[in-house]
This record gives sequence, structure tokens and C-alpha cells, in this order.
Amino acid sequence: MLYHEAGQYKTTYAQDMALLPIAQERWSLAGLLVVAFVGVPSMAFLGIPPFDSDYVFSAILLPFLILSLAALGLNVLVGYCGQISLGSGAFMAVGAYAAYNTAVRLPELPILVALLSGGVAAAAVGVAFGLPSLRIKGLYLAVATLAAQFFFDWLFLRVKWFTNYAPSGSVTAPPIDVLGFRLDASVERYLLVLTIVVLFAFGVKNLVRGAIGRQWMAIRDMDLAAEIIGIRPVYAKLTAFAVSSFIIGIAGALWAFAHLGSWEPLTFSIDRSFHLLFMVIIGGLGSILGAFLGTAFILLVPIVLSRLPAALGTPLSTSTISHLETAVFGVLIIVFLIAEPLGLARLWSLAKEKLRLWPFPH
Amino acid sequence: MTGMQAMDAMTQQTPTIQHHRAGTAEPAAGSAAARSAATRSAATGPADQVLLAVDRISLRFGGVNALTDVSFDIRRGEIRAIIGPNGAGKTSMLNCINGFYHPTDGTITFKGERRAHMRPYVAARGGIARTFQNVALFRGMTTLDNIMTGRALRMRCGLWRQLVRVGPALREEIEHRQVVEEIIDFLQIQHIRKVPVGRLPYGLQKRVELGRALAMEPDLLLLDEPMAGMNVEEKEDMCRFVVEANRHFRTTVALIEHDIGVVMDLSDRVVVLEYGRKIADGTPAEVKGDPAVIKAYLGVAH
Ligand SMILES: Nc1ncnc2c1ncn2[C@@H]1O[C@H](COP(=O)(O)OP(=O)(O)OP(=O)(O)O)[C@@H](O)[C@H]1O
Ligand SMILES: [Mg+2]
Repeated sequence: MLYHEAGQYKTTYAQDMALLPIAQERWSLAGLLVVAFVGVPSMAFLGIPPFDSDYVFSAILLPFLILSLAALGLNVLVGYCGQISLGSGAFMAVGAYAAYNTAVRLPELPILVALLSGGVAAAAVGVAFGLPSLRIKGLYLAVATLAAQFFFDWLFLRVKWFTNYAPSGSVTAPPIDVLGFRLDASVERYLLVLTIVVLFAFGVKNLVRGAIGRQWMAIRDMDLAAEIIGIRPVYAKLTAFAVSSFIIGIAGALWAFAHLGSWEPLTFSIDRSFHLLFMVIIGGLGSILGAFLGTAFILLVPIVLSRLPAALGTPLSTSTISHLETAVFGVLIIVFLIAEPLGLARLWSLAKEKLRLWPFPH
Repeated sequence: MTGMQAMDAMTQQTPTIQHHRAGTAEPAAGSAAARSAATRSAATGPADQVLLAVDRISLRFGGVNALTDVSFDIRRGEIRAIIGPNGAGKTSMLNCINGFYHPTDGTITFKGERRAHMRPYVAARGGIARTFQNVALFRGMTTLDNIMTGRALRMRCGLWRQLVRVGPALREEIEHRQVVEEIIDFLQIQHIRKVPVGRLPYGLQKRVELGRALAMEPDLLLLDEPMAGMNVEEKEDMCRFVVEANRHFRTTVALIEHDIGVVMDLSDRVVVLEYGRKIADGTPAEVKGDPAVIKAYLGVAH
């Protein structure tokens, strides 16, 4: 009876098209947001474990939120529009370096504008590297986006202008000021990032359930049929590239400014691209919830794995642990993909379907 | 089998269709001829106004001549059948009309504009909708979303408005949702509204695909074997939808169909293709008596 929709009648199309048509879902989401915005910071303030330690914020919550944002962006492209990209690491880098250069060269601008410039630059680059998608598909497109990855790895390593001639190539982001407040503590940066991520999640949800989202999915499912009903592949694909890389660019800028503080060019390597792709696939292609679930999985499983031997009382050497971690992680991904190819979001919706009928199995 | 027997086989199917007519709620469906007369008198333009004309179309794939020198026209408001044995070039003809294939020779005149070839986007803008021989739906999307995509050309709100959603974008969405719900009611698919089409049985998929085409409110509807692989009941429903789309929405229809009974009953005029050439063109009665057509159908009857 937890999850029954009986008695919740929809009398207008607007109600039927609401974000979460079922009351229980609306309350759960509201509760989650209250916990994230009020509960977590209060616990940190009151020193309630585990939120009293900086570790939870800097090693878990901030990376989780920022990578979820990047996965969300990638999901627009791969999950909704069906265009494969291996260049998301590069788009994050473009976002980070564009924001850095804006902040360093135009220090009078607010830092939020610098972050925004990271998104805009990434969107422009995304559209440019999305152009081949008008001609090629699948693996060939993946290779074209891989070219973006290598090109920007090279560019930020070799062209010193981008790193402001820092001798080591490593750069440090300026502190984050928002409306006159300096966000020093990780709780403060957490709140900023959380706000941005929530805004983007709602924005993307609006796009994918509107006309443009249907165009993306139509292109993904059958591009020829999409064309004959008047959808222009050029417009649909390039908007998907633009929106996707804008979000990934913002995520890159946040990763640099709010999470790392200082970073080297190889921070945004091909590994990052693959990581994001794993997150999207494991979470569920074409699902917003999936972007968050996939990120949690990819981020948390290694942390759990690395602590497991000690917790079980079988101390192993650090290098053995890290090798084991990689191996187990890889196997988990494969097992998972075989067991549930549609991702964690699919498991969640299956569970919901069951819950709706509970306690009657059919 | 003689030619006469072949024609018998063709006519024998007609009674089942008569039966379908009787079974529908339509009052006095009458013959195709009577119906088209009614359509014509109701049509705005002159009775025989040509909506689309193909002129000496040829299409070659390497050594294969899919179409050779085919000319015919489609008049506003009529149901125009295209028939012929397997591989005759019927699908290729539709592909030329909506710009999937570019004919090697010939011209296509649509709404008075003459072109060497169409382009899919231009055809869609001009009001040509289509269904496919093998269903071409967006499998990951629900019935509702599939039909909503048919409104793509009519939805004007840009990216920013959709991002905010509340306001103009939502209003537009609801406006089009209403049109789509009317189509869903018309096709009697309310119960599968929110089901991803990949999970639907074939017959229903065909219906959803017709819904998506109708959502474009097309001037010309190209239907490539809309009843193939359906059982009798589904076929009857589909016939009714085609007739009603033609009559109530004033949609001109080009229909490819193998069931001769259906063709004879629904269409105003029939063009017959064989090996990429046009071998006959006229009213169902004229075509039925044409020796070349009888021979063509005999050829595949064995
Ligand atoms: N893309 C293509 N490439 C090569 N040959 C093609 C192509 N499309 C069609 N053909 C050839 O053109 C000829 C006509 O095919 P078409 O599909 O138009 O026939 P059809 O009348 O629709 O047949 P059916 O009743 O089986 O659907 C066939 O010989 C076919 O092999
Ligand atoms: Mg065909």
C-alpha cells in the first residue's frame, strides 16, 4: 500500500505530464532535496558523524555530484540522442581551462561567469567535434570523438598559453566567491555544486520530456524515420552535442574549481572519458536517475573494495589491494552488464512496478 | 489456372470486404466510386486537381532497374492504389516520392512544384507523411511520444523555452497533446498510450505508425502495405481507419497493398507495376479486366 496510485486521478493533460505524476514520488524527491540541502549541512555544522569530517565532502559528496553532472551531460548525447562519445574527458578539460583562463585574465568578472564560460567553450567545441556525426555513426563516430580527446590532451600540455605559462603545467584555480561570500569550507562548495547540479537535472528533465527530447530520441531510435516526419538530423544532433558538452564543460570547471583546486593537464585524460561512459551505461542509458545511480556505483564500489580486506581482518599490501580492486571492479561491471543490460535505473523502475502491485504479485 | 480463374480469385475476396463494410458503424459506406464522388464534390479545388505527378521516373541500382519510365498522377482527395507482384518497384516508387531515393531520370511535381528529386525534409514540410512496409517506429519511446513526434514540424518553442517549460512550452505541449489524443481515440489505442512501442504486437505497431503519420496532418499519406501480416479483424479495422482518414481528414492516400479485395474496395484508381514498369492504370474495374494485369498476376500465382 506504500506506493498505490489509486484515487490519484488526473483530470488535465498538465497533471498527466507533471514531472512526477504520483504523489509518493513527489514527496520522496522533496524529502531527498531537504536532506541534501538542509540535513547534510546541519549535520556537518553540528559535528554529527560521518558528516563532521572533511573526507565525506571532499572524497565522496563533491566528486559524486560533479561526476553525476558530467554523466548527466553525457547521457543526453549517448542515452537520449544515441551518439557515442569518447571525448567527454576532453570536454571537461575545455570547461576547466576556459573557466581558468577567464578567471585569470578577467579577474573582475564574477567566478560564476567564469564557470559559465567553461560551459560555453565546451559547447562550441562539442558542436565542432559533433559535425562528423552528420556523416558517420557508431564506432566511426566514437573514433572521431576520440580524436577530440587526444587533441585537447596535447593542446593543454603543449600550448603554454592555456596554463598561463605555469612552469610545471599545473595550475591553481582562484578561490570561489559567490555574491561576496568566499566559499572556503567544503560544505560551502558542496552547497554551491548541489544547487548547480539540481538546477541542471531539472533543466535536462524538461528538455528530454519536451519536443527537443523527442527529436533526440527519434534520431536515436531510427534516424531515417525521424527525417521523414520532418526532424532535421543536423539540428537534433548538434543541439544534443551542444547541450551535452555544455553540461560536461560546467562539470569540468566545477571539478577543477570546487573539487581539485589545482590540477594538471592529464587530470582529464581518456580514463575520465571511459569512466563517464561506464557510469552512463551502468546507470541506464536515457535516464536521469541513471546518471546519478551509475556515478554512485562507479565511485563507491572502489572505495568499498579498497576497505574491505582491512575490514575483514585480512591485511594485504596496498599494491595488492589496488590490483584486486581493479580486477574485481572490472568483473563486477561485466557481470552487471550481462545481468541487467538496461542499467540500475531499469532495476529501480522494475522495483517500482512491483511495489505498485504489492502485496499482490500480479 | 486460366486468366478467368485468376480474376475469379481476385473477385472472390471482395465479399469479405463487403462484410467488413457492413461490420463498421459507418452508415451506408457504398461503393468506392460513390464515395469518391462525394469527396470530390466536397473538395475545395476543381474535381480533378492533381496533387502529385510523377513523370517518366526511372531508378537504377547498379544493374537492377527498379523503375523504368513510370508516370502517373494522384488527385486531391482520392485513394490511389499501387499494386504489383513482389519486387515490382512499389516501395521504390514511394521512396522516390518522399525523397529517400533520388530517381535517375524523370521529374516529380508536387503541389505544382516540379523537381528532379524530393528531399525527405522538404517532403515532410510539404505535407507528405508515410508508413513503412517494415514498421519504422521509435522503439524506445511510448505510443504517445511516437505520435507526438509527428507534431515536430508544428511545434515552435525553442530550446530555452523548453528548458524552462512552464509558460509557452507547456501550453504548446498541451495543445498538441490534445490533437494527439484525438488521434489515439480515433485509432482506439488509448490503453497502450504509455507503453513503449517495442513491446507492442505487430498489428498495434502498424496502427501506432499510422497514428504518427496522421499526426502530421498530411496532405498526402503514403501507406506501404499497412495491412500486411494482420489477421482479418485487424485488417478490417485498418481499412476503416484508412477510409476515414481519407474522408474526414481529407487526406489524399497512396496505398500499396497485396490484398486485391482491399484494393478493389478502397481505391478510386489503381496503378499496376511489374518489373519496374507501369502496365495498367485506371479504375479498379478497368484494371481488373486488363489482360496485362491478369497475365502479371498469373505469373506469380504459381
Ligand atoms: N536500396 C536498394 N538497393 C538495391 N536494389 C534495390 C534497393 N531497393 C530496391 N531495390 C530493388 O528494386 C526492385 C524493386 O524493389 P521494391 O522494394 O520497390 O519492390 P516492391 O514492389 O516494394 O516489392 P514488395 O512487394 O516485395 O515489397 C527489387 O528488385 C529490389 O531488389
Ligand atoms: Mg515493398
